[in-house]
Amino acid sequence: MSSSTSFKKEILIGLIGLAILIAIPFLTSSRVTLDFVIRLAAFGIFATSLNILVGYGGMVSFGHAMFFGGGAYTYGLLMQKAGVSIPVAILGAIVFSALLGLVIGAICVRLKEIYFSFLTLAFQMLIHSVIITWSSLTGGDQGLMGGIPRTPFWGINLGNTTNLYWFACVIGVVCLLIMRYILQSPYGYTLRMVRDNADRARFLGIDVWRVKLYAFILSACFASIGGVIMAMFVSGAFPEFSYWTMSGEAVFMIMMGGLHAFIGPVVGAGLLLMFNDIISRTTEYHGLALGIIVLVFALGFKRGITDFVVQAWSSITRKGAQS
Amino acid sequence: MDPTALFECLSSLSCVVTQTSTGLIVGALLFLVAAGLTLIFGVLRIINFAHGSLYMLGAYIALSAYRITDSFVISTIVAGLGVGLFGLIFERFIMRRVYNADVLMQLLVCYALILILDDVVKIVWGAEFQSMGMPEAFQAPPLFIGGGIIPVFYVYLIAAAGVIAAALWFVLTRTRMGKVVRAAAHNPTMTSVLGLNTSLIYAGVFALGGALAGLAGALAAPVRSMSPGMGFSILIESFIVTVIGGMGSVSGALVGALLIGLVRSFGSIGFPLFVEGIMFIAMALILILKPSGLLGKEPRP
Repeated sequence: MSSSTSFKKEILIGLIGLAILIAIPFLTSSRVTLDFVIRLAAFGIFATSLNILVGYGGMVSFGHAMFFGGGAYTYGLLMQKAGVSIPVAILGAIVFSALLGLVIGAICVRLKEIYFSFLTLAFQMLIHSVIITWSSLTGGDQGLMGGIPRTPFWGINLGNTTNLYWFACVIGVVCLLIMRYILQSPYGYTLRMVRDNADRARFLGIDVWRVKLYAFILSACFASIGGVIMAMFVSGAFPEFSYWTMSGEAVFMIMMGGLHAFIGPVVGAGLLLMFNDIISRTTEYHGLALGIIVLVFALGFKRGITDFVVQAWSSITRKGAQS
Repeated sequence: MDPTALFECLSSLSCVVTQTSTGLIVGALLFLVAAGLTLIFGVLRIINFAHGSLYMLGAYIALSAYRITDSFVISTIVAGLGVGLFGLIFERFIMRRVYNADVLMQLLVCYALILILDDVVKIVWGAEFQSMGMPEAFQAPPLFIGGGIIPVFYVYLIAAAGVIAAALWFVLTRTRMGKVVRAAAHNPTMTSVLGLNTSLIYAGVFALGGALAGLAGALAAPVRSMSPGMGFSILIESFIVTVIGGMGSVSGALVGALLIGLVRSFGSIGFPLFVEGIMFIAMALILILKPSGLLGKEPRP
């Protein structure tokens, strides 16, 4: 099986990447680097999960942050109010997002293109307004305050930033590998076929609606894991997590990184996090600066960073083959 | 949740009159925004996610114009023309480039515009809540009809929206220009083959949609407080309106807007926390049962 050997290679790449990330705290004690990587883990998973829909399923969701926020809030509430252990709370967040994804996806995936985008946006605003109005549970527009306890489990104490960093790295790499595996599986290729030609897929006996719905639920689950990492990191959950700007940022991460390479969204997430840090340090008009960057990318470059890299690589190898 | 309050209201004429008038002004404003949205969608086949920001821009332009001229009518017209012009510029320089790109690019361009406009409003008019206040011309004692209280401005707003709706209907169905627009919506390739400049029609429709949003913003200015980001909630609501009425159908937008307006005003008495939920449930039901909307035509093949 060539696909299983290539996946073994990818596991190897993932493990090497993980080893490098794990080694970083031994090389530098800079909090900024560790914080950046933790956020990158959260947003990398989030953006890659959205790319399951956008890049592989051809469904441009503009409401993906509802699952990011949903995961963060479910995790926070389970830890705060139910007092369960961290793994149970993470599992709870995933299950909740899967159910939410099932209900919303069942309605949304019937629609095509721009209708789908707008409907997901609308549902996200519903979730956001539920979070704002149900203040007795969620803390309203103040967010989930009071800190989320980081109770030790299995001998791991996440109260320590370095431990949290390692935990986020492991979760991030594992999630990316699982998503990669799913997308390289027969299901992943079915999803690509549905994207490219839904009619043909239907003639071949594929239940298009079901394939799209599964993709929607899957991406909801992974988005919620991203939200959980973010909630762990900031020790809280805020309504902005499920606001439309968050979805917009995720869409931009995908576009900027490139949606044709699996790792593109992670690259985009890293770039946008850097942009955001620079922008908020230099100007108070965050939206204006970000908006102009988005316009430059969308109208000027028209494709993502990894697309340029892939293009450059293929032109180099072609030249090499000619000479 | 307080259904008894709703029944009490429905059984008293004064409450019905008051709530209906509130519902009508909400519906009238929603119609103006949704009509632009649905018109742009019907002709250009794109959803202008930034439409709410045009509404916001209209409200702020009206605020400044009112402070300068002290005339509400003039400031409404200025806002309509100003936002129409802005829509034209936006279409010519930015939106036009992504007509043939995929949805992702259209989405990103609108996302960028919303971010930029929100911050521009913050820079020019300030981040805090602003209010125009009721213009002097409308500071008359309210009308009492059947015991219900209707502010004079409500009557003006509903009448103004009605006139705009009638003008829109007349232009679209009774003039050559309207015929051309409908032709472009129906079959853009054939329209351009017949020697009509579809690019120009697109620009015109975008400007018209912008002008409608600007008028809505100006008319809303005396009764709504303004803040950057105010356009977003009306964007979602007018999207729900267009889905319920049928994407691309202006008359559907009217029906949907009045429906949502009345649901909002009566719902806020009976079940204030679930008003939004009900709008979404209504939209979901329409999408499942009749995806083309109440008055929408079957989608173009």
